[in-house]
Amino acid sequence: MIIIEDLVRRFGNFTAVGGISLRVEKGEVLGFLGPNGAGKSTTMKMITGFLAPTQGRITVCGHDVVEQQLAAQAAIGYLPEGAPAYPDMTPQQFLAFIARVRGLEGDAAAKAIEAAVARTGLQSVLDQRIETLSKGFKRRVGLAQAILHDPPVLIMDEPTDGLDPNQKHAVRNLISSMAASKAIIISTHILEEVEAVCTRAIIIDKGRIVADGTPAELLAKAPSRRLDEVFRNLTTPDAEINVEART
Amino acid sequence: MSFWNAVNAIWRRELAGYFATPVAYVFIVIFLLAIGSFTFYFGQFFLTGQADLSVFFGFHPWVYLFLLPAISMRLWAEESRAGTIELLMTLPVPVMAAVLGKFIAAWLFAGIALALTFPMWITVNFLGSPDNGVIFASYIGSWLMAGAYLAIGSAVSSMTNNQVIAFVVSVVVCFIFTIAGHTMVLDFFQGWAPTLLVSTISSFSFLTHFNAIMNGVIDLRDVVYFASLIGLCLFINAVVIDLKRAD
Repeated sequence: MIIIEDLVRRFGNFTAVGGISLRVEKGEVLGFLGPNGAGKSTTMKMITGFLAPTQGRITVCGHDVVEQQLAAQAAIGYLPEGAPAYPDMTPQQFLAFIARVRGLEGDAAAKAIEAAVARTGLQSVLDQRIETLSKGFKRRVGLAQAILHDPPVLIMDEPTDGLDPNQKHAVRNLISSMAASKAIIISTHILEEVEAVCTRAIIIDKGRIVADGTPAELLAKAPSRRLDEVFRNLTTPDAEINVEART
Repeated sequence: MSFWNAVNAIWRRELAGYFATPVAYVFIVIFLLAIGSFTFYFGQFFLTGQADLSVFFGFHPWVYLFLLPAISMRLWAEESRAGTIELLMTLPVPVMAAVLGKFIAAWLFAGIALALTFPMWITVNFLGSPDNGVIFASYIGSWLMAGAYLAIGSAVSSMTNNQVIAFVVSVVVCFIFTIAGHTMVLDFFQGWAPTLLVSTISSFSFLTHFNAIMNGVIDLRDVVYFASLIGLCLFINAVVIDLKRAD
């Protein structure tokens, strides 16, 4: 459902993504691993059409992301890094806005909002302004927004970042429950998350894929069978240049 | 999802956003105070002995010059700062629909502020028998001119994610468009420059076109001037937003 061919992205002289190719099929939950600045977020921003690729091609559900951007975006649910949302709106208003923009109206919109709210456990804060919500609830508002239109493709940039262990568990369950019917990509720094929810993981370093396989296959790469050792062996420490914050 | 569906969703969200915070109320109060004090104090509304609103409308360009950039500065700069631009631009929304939606919200808001000056109209009708056709034309002209100020500000706002810069640059650009038709500027050119140049400079000014409408005739040329300026600025705005994807 997601086909990425030879994807390159440069910011001036800096190459953030240096030739990534991969395919993600329905039923897969792909984990993006890598140090900060490795190109995880940049790749996600290109898949979702926020950034244009310098080179290469991305196809989502048969739609070229550059040529048929709107059709591709309609098929994607996206949780950007930090789960941005309009602070002066309530989750109810915010989700109604997203539904309207996505072309859902009347009953269909009400049902979609109800389902997304139920799945993300937002009932208790529906009428509170988003700026007054805790980090965990804000993240859940972002998740609700991403799954609202029941998209075939789900892209989530650090979906559990900043959540407490219970909330992390809930979000992982949510992802697992949707996995069968969607193609999902998540990025994460939490290695145990890969083992918990991903059917496949990719380690990215300096804009290139350095490992690709099931969590079990990745674990086999280190004598200790620990993912953090695999991660350390394959990636460069101190990839400090952070272009991910650039918009 | 159609183009106008997105435009409608966006202008409604934006306009509701103005009233969800004190921004709208503070702006309206300051606007009414400024325009009222200019009219009565500096314009000596009561001493002119005329039952018309030309003094009142005469101050509009100068009040707009400083107040409308305060509205337009946040249109795009705020989205960049809050990170919601990433959300908006990854929804299946054509860039022009987002630009138009935001502009319409700001323009309607300016229209609401302008409509709240109706006590002025009641006052002149109470004191004498003014030409209400002229007053109506002036209101339309003033609103058109407000749209031009906002379109300039919106385009400037898309070029920076700093609201202070957006405000200052907008004021300067708007000032140039305003002052170009002022007698002081025209007198400066009158002595030596060819008539064609002088009339070109003056025809680029808001004052020239607004003064024409204030005489009570909504000439197609003046409407076309404001409409095409708005169109051009919004087009530039959309191009800038689009360029940021590849930046």
